[in-house]
Amino acid sequence: MAFNLKQEAKKPERLTGGHRMCAGCGAPVVVRGILRALNEEDHAVVSCATGCLEVSTFIYPYSAWTDSFIHSAFENSAATVSGAEAAYVAMKRKGKLPQGETKFIAFGGDGGTYDIGIQSLSGAMERGHNMLYVCYDNGAYMNTGIQRSSATPKYADTTTSPAGKVVPGKPQSRKDLTMIMVNHNIPYVAQTSPLGSKKGGLKDLHEKAQKALYTPGPAFINALAPCPRGWRYDTPRLLELCDLAVDTCFWPLYEVVDGVYHITYFPKEKLPVEAYLKPQGRFRHLFKAGNEHLIENIQKEVDDRWAMLLKLADNA
Amino acid sequence: MSKKLSVPGVDVSWKDITPGGIVEAGTCREFKTGDWRSVKPVWKQDACKQCLLCFPVCPDSSIPINKDGKREDFDYDYCKGCGVCANVCPFHAIDMVDED
Amino acid sequence: MAKRDRLSGNEAVAVAMRQINPDVVAAFPITPSTEVPQYFASFVSDGQVDTEFVPVESEHSAMSACIGAQAAGGRTMTATSANGLALMWEMLYIAASSRLPITLAAVNRALSGPINIHNDHSDTMGARDSGWIQIYGESNQEAYDNFIQAVRIGEHPDVMLPVMDCFDGFITSHAVENIELMDDADVKAFVGEYDPEYYLNNASHPVAVGPLDLPPHYFEHKRQQAQAMMNAKKVILEVADEFYKLTGRKYGLFEEYKMDDAEIAMVVLNSTAGTAKYVVDELRANGVKAGLIKVRVFRPFPVDEICEALKNVKAVAVMDKADSFNAAGGPLFTEVTSALYKNAGTVNVINYIYGLGGRDVKTDELKSVYTKLEEIAKTGKVDSVYNYLGVRE
Repeated sequence: MAFNLKQEAKKPERLTGGHRMCAGCGAPVVVRGILRALNEEDHAVVSCATGCLEVSTFIYPYSAWTDSFIHSAFENSAATVSGAEAAYVAMKRKGKLPQGETKFIAFGGDGGTYDIGIQSLSGAMERGHNMLYVCYDNGAYMNTGIQRSSATPKYADTTTSPAGKVVPGKPQSRKDLTMIMVNHNIPYVAQTSPLGSKKGGLKDLHEKAQKALYTPGPAFINALAPCPRGWRYDTPRLLELCDLAVDTCFWPLYEVVDGVYHITYFPKEKLPVEAYLKPQGRFRHLFKAGNEHLIENIQKEVDDRWAMLLKLADNA
Repeated sequence: MSKKLSVPGVDVSWKDITPGGIVEAGTCREFKTGDWRSVKPVWKQDACKQCLLCFPVCPDSSIPINKDGKREDFDYDYCKGCGVCANVCPFHAIDMVDED
Repeated sequence: MAKRDRLSGNEAVAVAMRQINPDVVAAFPITPSTEVPQYFASFVSDGQVDTEFVPVESEHSAMSACIGAQAAGGRTMTATSANGLALMWEMLYIAASSRLPITLAAVNRALSGPINIHNDHSDTMGARDSGWIQIYGESNQEAYDNFIQAVRIGEHPDVMLPVMDCFDGFITSHAVENIELMDDADVKAFVGEYDPEYYLNNASHPVAVGPLDLPPHYFEHKRQQAQAMMNAKKVILEVADEFYKLTGRKYGLFEEYKMDDAEIAMVVLNSTAGTAKYVVDELRANGVKAGLIKVRVFRPFPVDEICEALKNVKAVAVMDKADSFNAAGGPLFTEVTSALYKNAGTVNVINYIYGLGGRDVKTDELKSVYTKLEEIAKTGKVDSVYNYLGVRE
């Protein structure tokens, strides 16, 4: 389905204002993009892992979700919504629900998805529930104050991987969760990001959300969601950061449909990773004299992962 | 049809509070975050080409779209003044100015 | 028509689940409760129920899926034991505070460590303050009957709390006993339809469940939750009354066995009551005025009723199949002694920790407890309050 922004814009808003996410946060942009891909007549049951998104969008008695919403805990967004989906199937079967479709969507940050929630996510995907799990990846435990997660990029300065005199930030590489989800052999997996106006804005995210929501069975989307506090960049530059992430191939955009890889964005000119690192305070220490090898190290990893993806997508 | 749940105030008794913390969907509209702003976006309608690239990138759903599919002026009840919209606008139709 | 059968406790509970025909059962295997979802999965496979069976990857996800399912509007059940219950811990509190009447078959087993698969009550006793109603049963019949009543109790509009149906691992869960099963149609009529006012799958009335609840409202929600537990006592008795009319089997908050003129008494939970009744009968034959109280409802705790039931007794032994490691006494002892506060000074109470990790409880041992009580009743002196029974010294 082609993306028609003017048509999509007429749909009612499903995430209200008045939530308490920080000014300029990437996560609600991702959430709005996902929810806008719902058919207007469909209802959604949304669950959220404990994290910034949850504690800011549902502070009693104010829910920013115009659909049904449930939060139960940190590590179980997928399991919680899988239960709601199971109830839906049974209630439909027993004729307890009227006509019409309900979609089941779980959200989690990278902490709630890559780390503490990975078991629950893996289980729900394997069981084949008709649901979409969306990870908004901002690369650290931002809600508790920027602690490292397994999604935190190598050498990033966080409060539990501080860049010190001896250790230059997080020593380990990022876990590749999207690939882990691909290997669950589910019908649809994608990696996406909101983008700036020159790169189609929310087009990539919208199209993937639509496919993920309306492909029967489990689907997973990993969406980049910059965090101005944790990444330490100038707040208005949200989408510039996203653009740089995809143009450096730090965050390639692709989807895997029934096991077949499609890269959905090829940079016109693949930029060196410095372009992405430079505007972010969490990588500032890498630009001190004598740390060039650290950036080279990151560059090599980005290149290797991109080459691997090209190979998988038969674009090598 | 189930009864609509009221939005309790801070003086609600335990006898009247909604059970288990359940609330109606979308009640957040009653909570205003506009006073977080230190800078504010100003829409220059003349310069705006109605490309609509700004509305989906607003983290606070503060750029309303009317039934004709056109953007309207900012909803300052919720806008936190992040400046993402101004930055993404290809036509420089949004200025960020200091709050009075 | 009711039907006589021979079933293990686990199978009896699984049959109750089949008769109830819930919307969702989400469960994970753990000894000794594994058979419950196992039997139930075969009912699903054979098309005997309309339930969605969710074979989750952990007990944490089992309770999470139950929460999602019940909040979505489905009647939801699960079963677990020991470490499985411990892994659910976080979610038990959330199920209760979200006011979701999930039913859980809690097959009592010693909680690690060290790891041990046999019966004691350390698992459910640890969950006693999670906000769940806890009902304990002596036999397969009681496990079955309590499970069916649990649905009605939890879902009552004045309650809306989750319920644990607790019974002893292996002793009750695996031993095959004669049982009287209700007719399928009677169970169906007794439990009725789950008809919550607010639920996630209601597209025409979307709601939000599970807020961040800050100081302005959290306390009011907890107070309201406490009231639901207080209301539960009356509802439990009403449901028991209705159940009695249907089946002829009588249930209360606890069972009093030969308590009318008892001078010494034991307070126990679950299957030990069977052994203790045998001992009471022997003592009675010898002219000893012994009695027994078998607590059925531990949460809410029948404080006034227990106090009343023990008011004329001279010496009481409270038997705990779980230790509290508080250097003072087990959890049942703590509850009973605080219930007796009104009668402080008139009743001497001692405590025995017994049967941990599946250690057999023999009639001679229970007899020795009554002998001790006779001595206390005679002398009015208690030399040791906090005692262990059946451990090698």
